[in-house]
Amino acid sequence: MGKRSFKIWRGNAEGGEFHTYETEITEGMVVLDAIHQIQAESANDLAVRWNCKAGKCGSCGCEVNGKPKLSCMTRMNSLPEEGDVVIQPIKTFPVIKDLVCDVSYNYVRNKQIPPFAPREREADGTHRMEQRDVDRIQEFRKCIECFLCMDVCHVLRDHEKKDDFVGPRWMIRLASLEMHPLDIVDRIPLIREKFGSGWCNITRCCTEVCPEHINITDNGIIPLKERVVDRFYDPIAMLKRKLFGDKSNKRLPVVEVGDSSASG
Amino acid sequence: MLDVSELQTVEHDVVIIGAGGAGLRAAIECSAHGLDTAIVCKSLLGKAHTVMAEGGMAAALRNTDERDNWAVHFRDTMRGSKFLGTWRMAELHAKQAPERVKELEDWGAVFDRTQSGLINQRNFGGHRFPRLAHVGDRTGLELIRTLQDHGVHQGFEVYMECKALNLLQEGNAVGGVLCLWKDSGRFMRIKCKAVILATGGGGKMWRVTSNSWEYTGDGAAMAYEAGGELMDIEFTQFHPTGMVWPPSVRGTLVTEGVRGEGGHLRNSDGERFMFRYIPDRFASETADTEEEAARWLAGDKEARRPPELLTRDVVARAIYNEVKAGRGSPHGGAFLDIASNRPPDYIQRKLPSMYHQFKELAEVDITKDAMEVGPTLHYFMGGIRVDADSQEATGVPGLFACGECSAGLHGANRLGGNSLSDLIVFGKLAGDGAAAYVKGLGAGPSVADEDVAAAVRNATAPLNRTDGENPFALHDELCEIMGEHVGIYRTEEGLGAGLDKLVGWREKIKNTKAHASSQYNAGWHEALDLQSMAIVSEAVAMAAKERQESRGAHSRADYELEDKEHWGKRNLIISRGDDGQMELRHYERPAPPEHLAKVAFASVEELDAMVASGEVQV
Repeated sequence: MGKRSFKIWRGNAEGGEFHTYETEITEGMVVLDAIHQIQAESANDLAVRWNCKAGKCGSCGCEVNGKPKLSCMTRMNSLPEEGDVVIQPIKTFPVIKDLVCDVSYNYVRNKQIPPFAPREREADGTHRMEQRDVDRIQEFRKCIECFLCMDVCHVLRDHEKKDDFVGPRWMIRLASLEMHPLDIVDRIPLIREKFGSGWCNITRCCTEVCPEHINITDNGIIPLKERVVDRFYDPIAMLKRKLFGDKSNKRLPVVEVGDSSASG
Repeated sequence: MLDVSELQTVEHDVVIIGAGGAGLRAAIECSAHGLDTAIVCKSLLGKAHTVMAEGGMAAALRNTDERDNWAVHFRDTMRGSKFLGTWRMAELHAKQAPERVKELEDWGAVFDRTQSGLINQRNFGGHRFPRLAHVGDRTGLELIRTLQDHGVHQGFEVYMECKALNLLQEGNAVGGVLCLWKDSGRFMRIKCKAVILATGGGGKMWRVTSNSWEYTGDGAAMAYEAGGELMDIEFTQFHPTGMVWPPSVRGTLVTEGVRGEGGHLRNSDGERFMFRYIPDRFASETADTEEEAARWLAGDKEARRPPELLTRDVVARAIYNEVKAGRGSPHGGAFLDIASNRPPDYIQRKLPSMYHQFKELAEVDITKDAMEVGPTLHYFMGGIRVDADSQEATGVPGLFACGECSAGLHGANRLGGNSLSDLIVFGKLAGDGAAAYVKGLGAGPSVADEDVAAAVRNATAPLNRTDGENPFALHDELCEIMGEHVGIYRTEEGLGAGLDKLVGWREKIKNTKAHASSQYNAGWHEALDLQSMAIVSEAVAMAAKERQESRGAHSRADYELEDKEHWGKRNLIISRGDDGQMELRHYERPAPPEHLAKVAFASVEELDAMVASGEVQV
């Protein structure tokens, strides 16, 4: 297959530029293999995150020829045969060095989400749930936290609204909790106010790049938006609630969480 | 001269090194005991190697077969360990695993369900009944995410992308950890009263491995340097089914769940060869015809298990031998076929990540075609020697270890599914053990500044050298040595030659050079990881040479049989001698407790009778 030329962004928070490297490509190689080979041969200090090299940990997300990808799951033979392969860090988060970004925003946001709290166990000490009732959240729980969805979210990437909108990864996590058959916490007010569900304008870019093929927008975000609308903007539902009380099985009060300022 | 007072210094009661399943579970327990707790981990939180565990976690929940109970699980584990596991650990594990799994459900885990809505359990090698709680083939991700999302609300600190370099001590007692922040290249000194090691194994010393970059034996090396003991370190598990093609993914894991869900192994003649490799010990419990194996898969409880579900050591050797005999697949493996036995939608539902892995990395559709698979270095049964109940490391007060970096539960061979349950059972016990220790301790040990300064100097040496060896090239060289001399089949001569090469190799790693700045410098991190691998690779080769028998994962071409009388009664223990050299001693195993021996050595029928009569309480 011969040598290929790579343009890899090198630098840190103060700035950087593309450096050109050449390395030998053999059958079956993925982009991460090429990066590792370059690192071992001619750029020992090249910073790149990776762990499992099997698409399961979500560490090695970057932009390959401008497209957000897991570099461990992007085969070299899936790229155009001609021209340089351009590799740069994901854009939504600040760069630390080379291909490594500061993704601490995500850990701050996750901590703001009121944790799972289950209903009581049944008399025999078990929790019973039908498979069909957990299929939906098992889809969301496939998320490997690669943050490629965060990379393409216009609200975060282009409009820098990280303080207003939590982003697709965390909407999916909220959906996995809200739709959990055992969970008894009400997060709908928070989803509207603190996590900014209204900001998503359903362009489905996040869904398109998800390496786990989670239907982020249609199965996660839209149903959450609908729940928010039902609660806060549907006059008939509001009237019903006033007359007959809230029939939902969510009984716990909203959990207050700390610091709302999520740093970028 | 470095001024130690200028180092970033923080203080906690207990520090846990490693944020996989065991480390997170230990941290949750320490916090529950009211300890000021911190985790130090080399990667981002949630990325530890636990995410790669696929098949499930073993626990006798009795949801799919009511004949299961702790005694059956215990018996399976001891037999799988070739009777070299620590009896008490296997007992604790079998008894406590169900409670630990149920607790995960209270913390948000969503396992696959049975028809009646309970946690579903699947078949796996060496387990008599379907016992593995699972989520498709991504159970490890579910475990780590559950512990992570529960854990972040328990009040412990997490220092991410922070590498623990050395344990700091006063005398023998642990009093702190020196760490390196990867992003800035700065050091941090943590003062503490106890440390729990949960660093995983050391598979990265082999080229064909299912392990991630983090698996460089750091915990075992730190414990060894601190005066601890390594046990059973010669037992390195080769998982029978790693990918073999294309070359760049050689070694990537193919879950045992494929066989648990009915996958067959065939050679190039189309023969289902595992029927020829059934060991005497398992003959009475294994199907000996394809017809009986098919009945078992169809759910006939009278039928015995197919030979593909023999323990991993047996299956890995069988594939190796088939390839060696010229009956391998085109790329030097065996054919693993699930497509002929299960419909496509079933395969996609139960093995989704295998489906994607093969589709995207090998361009194979496993719902239509067979996979090519071969042995891959997967797991360290051995590691830091610990007390079974408290998980305290022998010889080092205040040091604890749990999960893969510790030794004992798995003996000479681990059963699939017993790793994830190991993490949560012994992670919790390590937390309990550390809490009891810290509460019984007055002031923490006081570490000499000079010790801290020496550790910093050692770590910065590769940066400060003007020239030296490329750490990546040295890592490659180590893989070459281990692959050639400490592989699936070992010999006296080969191991001796390997040990000699390792001596020369260790000289070279004293002269590694990390170029450029200290900020997120991959070459520097590699140079530091090599220091751990230097200790552990020597230990593995030395113990492998000493054990003159074949048992479990340790296969000696020059001693093909198990030696029941001598080696069956001994564990090998490695520690550092007074002269600084690695020393090896034989530990004569005490006789097992009677109540456990009668369970482990019973036949299936005898055990069932003992349970029915109440002689064994379940």
